[in-house]
Amino acid sequence: MDLVRSKNAGPFAITIDAFFGTREAYERVRIALPADAVAAAFKAGPGSVRRFELPDLMVLKFSLGRAVPQGGRLDRDMHGAQHAEVLAEIEIPNLNRQQDQPS
Amino acid sequence: MPTRVLVPSGVLGLGFDKHALMAGARSRPDLICIDGGSTDSGPYYLGAGVSKYSRASTMAEWKLLLEAQRIAEAPLVVGSAGTCGSDSAVDWMLGITEELAAQAGRRIKVAVLKCSQDPADVAREFRRSRLRPLDYAPCLDEAAILGCANIVALAGAEQLGAAVSTGADVVIAGRATDTAGIAALPLMRGEHAGAAWHAAKIAECGALCSTKPLSGVVSVEIDSEGFVVEPLADGAMCTPRTVSAHMLYENSDPFRLREPGGMLDASQARYVALDERRVRVEGSEWIPSDEYSVKLEGAAAAGFQTTLLAVVRNRRYVSRIREWAGKLEKFLAKEMESRIGPFADGCGLELRLIGVDSALGGLEESESVPAEVGVLAIATAGTQEAASELARLINPFLLHFPLEEDEPLPTFAFPYSPAETERGALYEFRLNHAMVLDDPMDAFRLEVSEVGAG
Repeated sequence: MDLVRSKNAGPFAITIDAFFGTREAYERVRIALPADAVAAAFKAGPGSVRRFELPDLMVLKFSLGRAVPQGGRLDRDMHGAQHAEVLAEIEIPNLNRQQDQPS
Repeated sequence: MPTRVLVPSGVLGLGFDKHALMAGARSRPDLICIDGGSTDSGPYYLGAGVSKYSRASTMAEWKLLLEAQRIAEAPLVVGSAGTCGSDSAVDWMLGITEELAAQAGRRIKVAVLKCSQDPADVAREFRRSRLRPLDYAPCLDEAAILGCANIVALAGAEQLGAAVSTGADVVIAGRATDTAGIAALPLMRGEHAGAAWHAAKIAECGALCSTKPLSGVVSVEIDSEGFVVEPLADGAMCTPRTVSAHMLYENSDPFRLREPGGMLDASQARYVALDERRVRVEGSEWIPSDEYSVKLEGAAAAGFQTTLLAVVRNRRYVSRIREWAGKLEKFLAKEMESRIGPFADGCGLELRLIGVDSALGGLEESESVPAEVGVLAIATAGTQEAASELARLINPFLLHFPLEEDEPLPTFAFPYSPAETERGALYEFRLNHAMVLDDPMDAFRLEVSEVGAG
């Protein structure tokens, strides 16, 4: 993933966009990363993540409800912007194996 | 005849390229529109009914925009005035306009659109089953509505259109959808509805849809079949990729956007480069809804907070920081209970470990050991004094709490004195619902006046 960014989509939802630099990387992650794998990383229930494929842009987009409302007493990330790192650090087996191979 | 809207930047207060703005004004657009707010800065601004930006910086930018309005001889619209768009924020913006008009020796006709809602009216509509939960809406009951310090309804193209139709030079609108001020005029003039809404969504963040996001100024020209978007700063370019990628931004759905009275469906949109800086878009659709509704936003007071910050640098304490924090929390719970008594719901103490998991909490997977850890203690109580009293109670323990009972007392680093910082009132968002209206103007008030001199 070249760039992963997240942001509030209103006070009760977070949306995360993953941008890819190559068609190959996009395809690999597209196949390896179903919505429920992302839900699990966010400790959210199955079916709680909406997933969009944008092949023209080579972008995968994920949206989910916030665990706590934006800016309330228990919120730790007012703009939802650091939640991107949870997605960015999900291990994608195919990708990692590829990277491990000597070039 | 196409309708051209000039958008100076994504939000009033963020700055823009002045030369591009004036060049845009001289090109005689049909309307100049800028957004003034969002919920993105958090519930405090809506709860308190104030702007997040300084009066001085808002005034400096608004002065240039009023000058652009005079040159363009076209209406200037600001939506979601004063960040939150409450009536108090609209009055603040009107005050700034009055002062600038007097300074410039100009007489300016101003239409003010007010969007604040009486919580009792919203509770009545809730009882009448006229509130529709939107995606991810929190649970709602009458008490939650009545407890809101401020509720606003988001104006759409109908209300902004009514304000523009007064013939005002300047429209100061309370809370509005990001797109409404841009879409209103092309819709009134019969341009393609899908194109008007899609153009508005692309342009609402200014030059964020271009290769030079900070330059601010873009122009959208909407016609009977589509629209053209063009950035105005030197060297800025819009490409099919930068434009279509903007549909991702702050949208939970990258193709569909719900608005008062219907929904934009951009899933079939085609983006074509006209040259190296302009993009034409066609194929977006507007799907009208069966009933007319406007989104509500509400914020309620949720106590007061006082914070303390201690920095732990000692290697042994840092390596066992979670264990230390757990023991301290348990100890403090007992101390607080015996010295102050039990806490009401939503009150008490929370420790966050900066350097460990303060951003992600339970989602943090990293186990790496940092050089130091900031221990942020957040005390929440029903009054500011009670929150500060709680902070003062925990102060000595945050400074000296040992890992083991039988070891010498440590002392950690407090970065400043006094250690406690009063944060003021805490607010929380309460509503993510649409309210059904018989007539679009039912929840809104439009007032026209003349300000300034000359």
